[in-house]
Amino acid sequence: MSSTEQTLAADSHAGHNGHHDPHLAHHFDTPEQQYTSGKLGMWMFLGTEVLMFGGLFCAYAVYRHNHPEVFEYAHQYLDRKLGAINTLVLITSSLTMAWGVRAAQMGKRGLLVALLLLTILGGAGFMFIKTIEYSTKWREHIFIGSGNVFYESNPETKPQSVNGLEEEALHINEAKPETVATVKVEPDVVDPNAGTPDAALIKPPNITPAGLSEKVKAGVTERMSYNSLVKQDQTRVYTFFAIYFFMTGLHGVHVLVGMGLITWILVRAARNEFGPTYFTPVDLVGLYWHLVDLIWIFLFPLLYLIH
Amino acid sequence: MSAVTGPISYHGPTPQPQRASSDNYLNHTRGVMSWAFTLDHKRIGLMYMIGILASFLLAGLFAIMVRTMLWHPLTAEAGASQGALNSAHDLYNHMFTLHGAVMVFMFIIPSVPAILGNFILPMQLGAKDVAFPRLNLLSFYCWVVGGVFFVYLLLSGVLHAMGFNVPGGYGLDTGWTFYTPYSDAKAQGSVVAATIGVFILGFSSILTGLNFIASIHMLRPRGMGWFKMPLFLWALYSTSLIQILATPVLAITVMLLCAERAIGIGIFDPARGGDPVLFQHFFWFYSHPAVYIMVLPSMGIISELIVAFSRKHIFGYSFIAMSSLAIALLSFFVWGHHMFISGQSAVTDAIFSLITFAVAIPSAVKVFNWLATLFRADIRLKVPMMYALGFIMLFTIGGLTGLFLGTLAVDVPLTNTYFIVAHFHYVMMGSTLFAFIGGMYYWWPKMFGKMYNETFAHVAFWFVFVGFNLTFFPQFIAGTKGMPRRYASYPVLSSDGRPTHFVTYHRLSTTGAYTMGTGLFLVLGTWIQSLRRGKQAPPNPWGANTLEWRCPSPPPHDNFTETPVADDPYDLSGWKYVSEEVGWVYDREQAAADVAAHVAH
Amino acid sequence: MLHAILAASDPTFWLPRGASTVSGDVDMLFNIVMWICIFFFVLVTVLLLLFVVMYRHRPGVKRSTAAEHSTLLELTWTLIPSIIVVFLYYYGFRQYMNMVIEPPNAYEITATGKMWQWSFTYPTGVETNELHVPVNVPVRVILQSNDVIHSLYIPAFRVKKDVVPGRFNRLWFQATDNGQYDIYCTDYCGTNHSTMRSTAVVESQADFDKWMKITIDTNNNLPPVQKGKKLYMTQGCAQCHTLDGTRLVGPSWKDMWGRTEQLESGPDIVVNAPYVTESILLPQAKIVKGYPPSMPPFQLKPADISALMEFMKSISSHTSAADMMPTTGPATQPAATEPALTGSTTQK
Repeated sequence: MSSTEQTLAADSHAGHNGHHDPHLAHHFDTPEQQYTSGKLGMWMFLGTEVLMFGGLFCAYAVYRHNHPEVFEYAHQYLDRKLGAINTLVLITSSLTMAWGVRAAQMGKRGLLVALLLLTILGGAGFMFIKTIEYSTKWREHIFIGSGNVFYESNPETKPQSVNGLEEEALHINEAKPETVATVKVEPDVVDPNAGTPDAALIKPPNITPAGLSEKVKAGVTERMSYNSLVKQDQTRVYTFFAIYFFMTGLHGVHVLVGMGLITWILVRAARNEFGPTYFTPVDLVGLYWHLVDLIWIFLFPLLYLIH
Repeated sequence: MSAVTGPISYHGPTPQPQRASSDNYLNHTRGVMSWAFTLDHKRIGLMYMIGILASFLLAGLFAIMVRTMLWHPLTAEAGASQGALNSAHDLYNHMFTLHGAVMVFMFIIPSVPAILGNFILPMQLGAKDVAFPRLNLLSFYCWVVGGVFFVYLLLSGVLHAMGFNVPGGYGLDTGWTFYTPYSDAKAQGSVVAATIGVFILGFSSILTGLNFIASIHMLRPRGMGWFKMPLFLWALYSTSLIQILATPVLAITVMLLCAERAIGIGIFDPARGGDPVLFQHFFWFYSHPAVYIMVLPSMGIISELIVAFSRKHIFGYSFIAMSSLAIALLSFFVWGHHMFISGQSAVTDAIFSLITFAVAIPSAVKVFNWLATLFRADIRLKVPMMYALGFIMLFTIGGLTGLFLGTLAVDVPLTNTYFIVAHFHYVMMGSTLFAFIGGMYYWWPKMFGKMYNETFAHVAFWFVFVGFNLTFFPQFIAGTKGMPRRYASYPVLSSDGRPTHFVTYHRLSTTGAYTMGTGLFLVLGTWIQSLRRGKQAPPNPWGANTLEWRCPSPPPHDNFTETPVADDPYDLSGWKYVSEEVGWVYDREQAAADVAAHVAH
Repeated sequence: MLHAILAASDPTFWLPRGASTVSGDVDMLFNIVMWICIFFFVLVTVLLLLFVVMYRHRPGVKRSTAAEHSTLLELTWTLIPSIIVVFLYYYGFRQYMNMVIEPPNAYEITATGKMWQWSFTYPTGVETNELHVPVNVPVRVILQSNDVIHSLYIPAFRVKKDVVPGRFNRLWFQATDNGQYDIYCTDYCGTNHSTMRSTAVVESQADFDKWMKITIDTNNNLPPVQKGKKLYMTQGCAQCHTLDGTRLVGPSWKDMWGRTEQLESGPDIVVNAPYVTESILLPQAKIVKGYPPSMPPFQLKPADISALMEFMKSISSHTSAADMMPTTGPATQPAATEPALTGSTTQK
């Protein structure tokens, strides 16, 4: 038996008089049985999450294997630095969460509340940086659907439903002189990697096929340029973004759900509901949060760090 | 080594079924709210039953539409105008799609686990409820909400037919398989609503599976080791493993399809750089294990029925139990056999073909073990047993025809024809449905405390059995002769001027469908009649030894007044038949004498 | 009873007459699987019925306890089916390889599947809706789709392969008997999936060559209106556009040319050469009010589009004399240079 289960067993024997334990459900015989069942259930749920994201990782693997150059080119549009910060933030929040579970087991209410608060802040920080990344892509016209200049909107096979984007999509690949003119290189966009071998990863907004900037035409050294892709691959660039936004978007939804769950636990912790004999919800939510972190740890290198 | 495999305890509470009291789970609390927010697994099982049977009726009506439309070849040669053809084809396409989608997602996948599993599993464990009762209720509401999306599909179709313009598409005409790029670019149907509905229904399935695994791991009573569990529980356990591992992949697949259709994030549409065959891989990775979600619980029911009505211990218990697990495991590695002609490499085809043959073996092992159970038995042909025997025969046909399809060279001409349609109806309907109905009759007295009319139910059985074979056997012939599936109209004459005879096979099939439909309505009739005028059921009308028969019919709210002690679930030696009113009774002294005799061996 | 079983076990009862080099072997394999199935089905059913009858409950008769398991039996009925299925797997795969590996020097035809018509393109450039092949010559068919997944199935040749957009799947066959054989589409593709059918015509090399020459000549010499009418039939326009005024998914072509139409959005247009061309190549660009956006694109050659327009003109009462001047291709001039047609002031 693990030490946590021993704690539970000892305490339950001490105070076990019929079903006086308010947390013991009527269909369980002992608190250990209930606790172990809960853990088993949560691990199974995490298994389902792994399989769900596994499908996406599979799609990623298939496309990357079949079109490696597309991925090499398109990933340059992602901000590696922000991604790395996000990774650190999430790992730290996992640490505070795990510490919080320990605090709950030891009955240290104040510490538990503080750590849960820090975890939520970590999640919020992650979402904040994510928002910055997404809004930057929106501005740079490398968002989803027809908000992405690489979106090969073949009008013959686009969806039948009228959603307002069709008209724009139909003409998105036509030269829009006024658009190109307004989306100019902002002089104050500083490349934080300037001067290092990893320079030119954050491209100025107007290096797109809809208006290749003079800089690119002048043959500036980059790792990969749009022109270096074969014609068929040029029509496949959008696939990378589709996969990127779907994976990080779904992950983001899971972060938000996790934050909600931790908030719920925080409220209960503030009401002093957890202690050595009952900390199951904190433990289970902690497991969920660790999985969310783990998924990001796989996402980050696969999407941002392609070499 | 044989016979007694577990301790028979005569020191604990007697296995004598407790007397029925007037307070049972049905009247324990009253009012709609007490049902809507119930945590009682039995009430949840009943609510599922009403919804799931209603879905079966709906999907069945679509099937009748499909078969009725196929009575006439409906071709231009027969004089139909292009406009009439287009409309008829559209209607047909919606009908077969909705038939498939409602049947698969709202009826078959949940049927046995959600109704019979929910009701019986805790009782077979001697427990008061499943491990997570609130998750159980949540899974029910997931089913309801998913169902609402499907109802929307129907309503949008009806509205469209009445002339209203429905934004976002109407009905569903993609086939239940949603192949891209038709489903994300061309379909007129409301694919977004359908995919959201399927996603939510998937969670109902996942939560049920999760619940059952935790229950079986954690709530087994003293004396019930893994190899002393009833086989129904082994079946549900294997099913639940598939449910929690495969359904999430379906979830991500429909989410991706929904996103592709709605906002253009796509990896399946070739026009946007995607690959339609990738969709097929994703889809079948779930949908093949899904067919084992359908059939494994049914096989568990058959084990229970064969034992109870043969009055004999099951033959080869551990082999049947292990075969359930083997099927669950292997089922994850055969999805490519739905895609032999999609253009995947021959090596891929070969690997899937080999593993497909491998997964057939455990099923064959079960059939032989059931037959061996019947050998030198004491068979009573009550209605549940009729369905069990029907299952064995029809599952044999369904499974054997799978051999044609696993053999690569023979699959090429047969795939995507009516041969496939007949094959899967034999395993899904001839097997799963028959076992489901058999299980319903078997556990009906326990669930409602009422018996049904045996004669009436026998008549209904024969309508269903004959009707089923008449419906689907001709389809094997039509398929080998080349009749493709999902065809609203079909040729009367072949290219060389000779008659195709498809019309004959279709008309035989339609006649069978009406017969079977009559039979199913008769089955419903037996159930309704039982509820209104059925005789009071004894606690153990069949003389089975699994724990659910140790409590009154219908059970009290907490199932057992005293926790029963588990023994060998298939040792029927202690039970003696008294009368129809009293049912079977446990004869303590006689059983003790039997054990003493064994010990003396 | 036995006669019925024997009849049912003859592959020709089940399968259409084979007409390719592989059909004999496929049918033999089918036969083998069938006999295995019949054997096991009869075994199981007979045992079932036998046991039910022999061991039916008779009041007063007590049964002796029989064994509850037998490892020997379990091994037997696991191993024997396993051996059988390994054989089936091996021979199935071997024969499958024969069906997959193309012989060299095959005559190559491209089959195009589009909703809802097959068209076959030959090395000579001829495009037809029927598949003509010479007998005893290996033929390779390259499969391409213009829109969704289809599947080419020729039952008599025992061949079937999915037609996937974005991929070029292929199948091959060598026909052994002259005759006409059904071609079906076997992957659901929408409304008229069930009428997406064709015919494979197998004839001697001499007849095939003769047919090819006639077809080429006809295509080259057909007057535009007749050619347009032929295209109307063969390209699938007939499925959605009638010639007699009846409205289907799309408007009838009767009196359509030259008519002023109101669009879903945008100013009115006249049905003229630029509009018709655009509607064929990019049908979603301008949708007439009241019609659904259902038309798929058709990648037709300019000469074909021109022929279709001539046909449309010939059945419309709005066609002016100026219209009937021969056109060499679809109008590439902007609409402003189009000769004025009857009435409308809203022309561009």
